[in-house]
Amino acid sequence: MENMVNVKINGIAVSVPKGSTILEAARAAGVEIPTLCYLKEINEIGACRICVVEATGARGLVAACVFPVAEGMEVRTNTPAIQKARKTTLELILSMHDKRCLSCVRSQDCELQKLCHDLGVEYTGRFEGYTPKYEIDESAPHLVRDNNKCILCRRCVAVCNQQYVSVIGANDRGIHTHIGTPFEKPLDEVPCISCGQCTVVCPTAALVEKDDTDKVWEALADPTKHVVVQAAPSIRVTLGECFGMPIGTNVEGKMAAALRRLGFDKVFDTNFSADMTIVEEATEFIERVKNNGVLPMITSCSPGWVKFAELYYPELLDNLSTCKSPQQMMGAIIKTYYAKKNNIDPKDIVSVSVMPCTAKKFEIGREHESAAGVPDVDIAITTRELARMIKMAGIDFVNLPDEDFDNPLSDDTGAAVIFGATGGVMEAALRTANDLLTGKDNDAIEFKEVRGTAGLKEAVYNIAGMEVKVAVASGAENANYVMSRIKDGTADWHFVEIMGCPGGCINGGGQPLQPASVRNFTDIKALRSKALYDQDASMAIRKSHKSPAVKAIYEEFFGEYGSHKAHEILHTKYTARPKYK
Amino acid sequence: MQKKISNLPFKGTAEQEKRLKEVIETYRDDPSRLMTVMQEAQEIYGYLPIEVQKMIADGMNIPLEKVYGVATFYAQFSLSPKGKYNIGVCLGTACYVKGSGDIFNKISEKLGIGADECTEDGKFSLVATRCIGACGLAPVMTVNEDVYGKITVDDIDKILEKYND
Repeated sequence: MENMVNVKINGIAVSVPKGSTILEAARAAGVEIPTLCYLKEINEIGACRICVVEATGARGLVAACVFPVAEGMEVRTNTPAIQKARKTTLELILSMHDKRCLSCVRSQDCELQKLCHDLGVEYTGRFEGYTPKYEIDESAPHLVRDNNKCILCRRCVAVCNQQYVSVIGANDRGIHTHIGTPFEKPLDEVPCISCGQCTVVCPTAALVEKDDTDKVWEALADPTKHVVVQAAPSIRVTLGECFGMPIGTNVEGKMAAALRRLGFDKVFDTNFSADMTIVEEATEFIERVKNNGVLPMITSCSPGWVKFAELYYPELLDNLSTCKSPQQMMGAIIKTYYAKKNNIDPKDIVSVSVMPCTAKKFEIGREHESAAGVPDVDIAITTRELARMIKMAGIDFVNLPDEDFDNPLSDDTGAAVIFGATGGVMEAALRTANDLLTGKDNDAIEFKEVRGTAGLKEAVYNIAGMEVKVAVASGAENANYVMSRIKDGTADWHFVEIMGCPGGCINGGGQPLQPASVRNFTDIKALRSKALYDQDASMAIRKSHKSPAVKAIYEEFFGEYGSHKAHEILHTKYTARPKYK
Repeated sequence: MQKKISNLPFKGTAEQEKRLKEVIETYRDDPSRLMTVMQEAQEIYGYLPIEVQKMIADGMNIPLEKVYGVATFYAQFSLSPKGKYNIGVCLGTACYVKGSGDIFNKISEKLGIGADECTEDGKFSLVATRCIGACGLAPVMTVNEDVYGKITVDDIDKILEKYND
């Protein structure tokens, strides 16, 4: 086979495709090489020197993560010289690192800590010298930046660049090099979209979500408060990872059980409001088409994406659907419909959401998101924070029984479940729009062209005799591409779905952390989204407008889809934001 | 060193902006010319404040952080304006062993500014230079194009008095 290369890794013969790196070849031979800065398809710069190996034909030690194999190459991955080089590198990194691991949020899932442990580093302090003290940046509602824990691997810089915005980068040089913003501004004064992808790739605790669990504990302990919680579609297929379960395990029932055991008065499912989003959004789309409204209409579920649009394309905000996101719709319904029905003062409700997303922490503080005169949602926590709470409460998550959510705000459909993956909102909206426009119950349920984890997908569908051109983008770079096409007039789409994070919510900035050793060899996005599509396929009702709970709330409370009342409670407005303050 | 960011108000003129825009127009389609544009911008304004870096970032469609990263990486770029009189104190080896460190500190104390800073009235700025090749005159300081050699701490007041206009 001419496209294969034969190499030996620690004496083990293996044949790998031409162009493979030593790291990949070693993996094929069953040999694991430690890495630190390397993150496949994100940060491939061979800078940290942890993955160094000996290879025939190469001078000195080479970085296995980027060094390509050649025919007949023999590689050694664990000689005393290599061990010494790796340990010295780690000691040098540690000499400038804030080593207070005992009280660090990343303790036990810190990649630096694990490497030091696995490689048996003995920290002697022999390189102790200049140790700068960096101010911790807590200015933004969604994350905390602590450069004292930064090891300058640049994964965050790379992912922020892939997310188009590049609000963080390496500033100054030499020993003063640090990851920072332009002119060292606080994070809430630069055009960060709050996507949190940097927190997902950071190997240490230099970038972490802002922990709001204390606020939740406080609310749960307050007998005067009615504390309700909602969990987003994608959480059920990721939460299990925090408890050692395989990637792509659906833990919906255990999650509901865990939330109840934490003491929430009501446990609701954001899937319900995802269905609400679809009927409102499909109705809005049909109205725009019929009344020559602004097209393409773009979905507005992802607050990272919405913030991106407000910062970078303020002139195109009329293209965004005015529908609130499912989180905010649920919050608004809880504090209006649910509060009234149960005779609770909205001010006494603490509404908590569990989201795959750090931008949701920004979204709850947005303008025009207070249907009952108080914020629709009070506290947004991420999947990781929920896992932290479950652990703190001593709940044996893996062995929990399956329980249901509380009604009435939890009934859902397959359409809502797939919201968590890129293309899911589009597919759900098409299922409903098709039925609403044709006035019948169509068999066409699966719109497979918009599925899959690709960053940009396009398709054309015939809906009620009309040719509907759609596009689905995920990741801010693809969002930028779509917006630039709309801006320069070269786009002919009618309907566009955009998610701020690559792959959609299943890969959101608040999702469980998987170390590079897993990410480099596993398609996490595909595994997580498969679990969502599997659940969709298994459900009896797969169209949002067929949800009994949705039908009931319109009959009882909202009236028609897109009614005046629905607009007051379920829709919002957008604000052009300056990039720099 | 970490670069000092000046908080003196930006005093760019329309004429300067016009010149910078012409430079950006020339190189806007080639991101590899970012440094060229930054060098020209520093020629025009004397330094690279956020207002200037934003014009470059927007004009060349490069994120501001990337421009700032380059500005702070290279010693040639300054984030502080130069005063009407830019004082350079040579901290090269020969000058340093002859006591230029004390001279630098004295000037710094007298003007109330540190390295790479400018007085609030815009009159004096202070730079610690590397060897300027006048070791025979060590220790050496410069004020714009004027060179003062073999100076002592006691000469400082007299030298600065010459620049009182």
